[in-house]
Amino acid sequence: MTDTKQKTALYKRMLLIRRFEEKAAQMYGLRKIGGFCHLYIGQEAVATGAIGALDLKRDYIVAAYRDHGHALASGMDPKAVMAELYGKVTGCSKGKGGSMHMFDIEKHMFGGNGIVGSQIPVATGVGLKIRYREEDGVVLCFFGDGAIHQGAFHESLNLAKIYGLPVVYICENNQYGMGTDFRRVSAVDDFSVMAASYGIEGRQIDGMDVITVHENVKEIVEKARTEHLPSLLEIKTYRYKGHSMSDPAKYRTREELEDYKERDPILILKKGLLEDGVQASDLEAWDKEAKKLSEEAASFAEESPEPEIEALYSDILA
Amino acid sequence: MAKIAFREAIRQAIEEEMRRDDSVLLMGEEVAQYNGAYKVTQGLLETFGSKRVIDTPITEEGFTGMGIGAAMAGLRPIVEWMTFNFSLMAIDQVISNAAKTRYMSGGQFKIPMVIRGPNGPAEFLASQHSQALQSFYAHIPGLKVVAPSTPYDAKGLLKSAIRDDNPVIFLEAELMYSWEGEVPAEEYLIDLDKADVKRAGKDVTLIAHSKPVRMMLQAAEKLAEEGIEAEVIDLRSLRPIDTETIYKSVRKTNRCVVVDEAWPVASVGSHIGFLVGRDCFDYLDAPVQLVSGEDVPMPYNHRLELAAQPSVEKVVRAAKSVLYVD
Repeated sequence: MTDTKQKTALYKRMLLIRRFEEKAAQMYGLRKIGGFCHLYIGQEAVATGAIGALDLKRDYIVAAYRDHGHALASGMDPKAVMAELYGKVTGCSKGKGGSMHMFDIEKHMFGGNGIVGSQIPVATGVGLKIRYREEDGVVLCFFGDGAIHQGAFHESLNLAKIYGLPVVYICENNQYGMGTDFRRVSAVDDFSVMAASYGIEGRQIDGMDVITVHENVKEIVEKARTEHLPSLLEIKTYRYKGHSMSDPAKYRTREELEDYKERDPILILKKGLLEDGVQASDLEAWDKEAKKLSEEAASFAEESPEPEIEALYSDILA
Repeated sequence: MAKIAFREAIRQAIEEEMRRDDSVLLMGEEVAQYNGAYKVTQGLLETFGSKRVIDTPITEEGFTGMGIGAAMAGLRPIVEWMTFNFSLMAIDQVISNAAKTRYMSGGQFKIPMVIRGPNGPAEFLASQHSQALQSFYAHIPGLKVVAPSTPYDAKGLLKSAIRDDNPVIFLEAELMYSWEGEVPAEEYLIDLDKADVKRAGKDVTLIAHSKPVRMMLQAAEKLAEEGIEAEVIDLRSLRPIDTETIYKSVRKTNRCVVVDEAWPVASVGSHIGFLVGRDCFDYLDAPVQLVSGEDVPMPYNHRLELAAQPSVEKVVRAAKSVLYVD
């Protein structure tokens, strides 16, 4: 079971992601950040709970384009992530990746991928390396409900099963592929049943409760470590904002959004911590700390230099 | 020096590199138990076992991407496409991930992998199975693209490609697998960024890569019968292109014919025509000629099929036209 200390760590991480994203939204509004900016607000429990179950010395993360949360959950420096949003040379990808391409080889964060479903075969290949080198690591591969219909997903699960690769495929079902309700474009509503097509374990998990996510992923990661088999998790979640900053999200009702806010992952855990005897003043202080880290990240990004023009032609080839 | 077939030269390169470095592995359709659709990988499963020689299902996007992920994590995969015609299924992985991950990650990752297989027109296979797709790959920054024309070149270039820290697209012309050539027993490597002068001459420069190089040498023989000395340049590498060797030759001969089996629009051949026109303008005594594949899907009928491709006659005619003879 997850104890108070672990819960506290998860809580702080979720707060950091929430405050960071709020800051990013604000800076986007001020045109400090450009391009597509897919915020993670509402989904914090998924990346936090899942990545919190890893040992990033031996495990790996591969994510999609809504990747700020995964980057922060992996322990990447918020300054490097924010500077990347600003396109500054101090960003984790030296300003050449931007919002959709957060990478940190040391933290085993293998991106950030902007093409829907394109990261799924790549994650499978990281699993192949683990198996080839007979290591006991595990790969968490994140993608959205839009990506689950891509051939890349189905090809990858089949490959992972036949070669016995320790990849946990995580469909973060936030219920809308851009503006399309997943029920309109999916043959099944419960994605976890797709695991049966590949003879692997599938689970559907409540993604608004970080403890539930954490405990399920911990269990499935341990299984992947010892049994060397892939699995498929559908973690049901909800994004409060539009698909990206340019999306007013008119395809859903205000009531639906408000219902989910009642089940906000941060609020749920806050209640749990108070029940565990944590002081309200501590909770308050952690929130302040998260805000401060986000402020500092923005200031750092603001003050960081642009890449030199010469960088245009660097890092194309090794 | 032993004479061996093109396919055997490639097999030797793979085998030697797999022995040298245990991070090298091979994967693709039918590469293991079937010994390769074109028998390039004959015996490798027996030598290295199924851990390192991996049969895949028919899922180019999936297994190509799997190779990329493995390369990002430190292995050196060789991914075989049964033919480049099927590579279109994998092209997102090549463009979006193999070519760009290094750049997008600010240089954190390298992708040391080779993707290889047969490319180019074959016989009686109609338009989906008989096409030259090198322009697609040569277009993309972040890749190296290599196209050998002899068994000797194939072995030395492939060994270099496997040791290279970048994604290398390695094109083997389908009809070349049985071509024989001399290959020394001792180890050798060939640089991935240098063209090769396959025949020296002073009157006209003929530039090609892969299978048409032999056709150019035959054309050069014919031209020699008429007293025309053609210089034959084998590009070997389509990305990067060794412009130095090209320009040196054109500045000597003042005339240039480019041969490329691909379609003429936005091709390697048309690009070289542009480069020579731009950088050798003052040396040229005639506009650069391009002998390409015809701008049509490949027909099945053999008469039409041959008419759709470059030929010795077409090269001879083009060479004479830039010399203003006949």
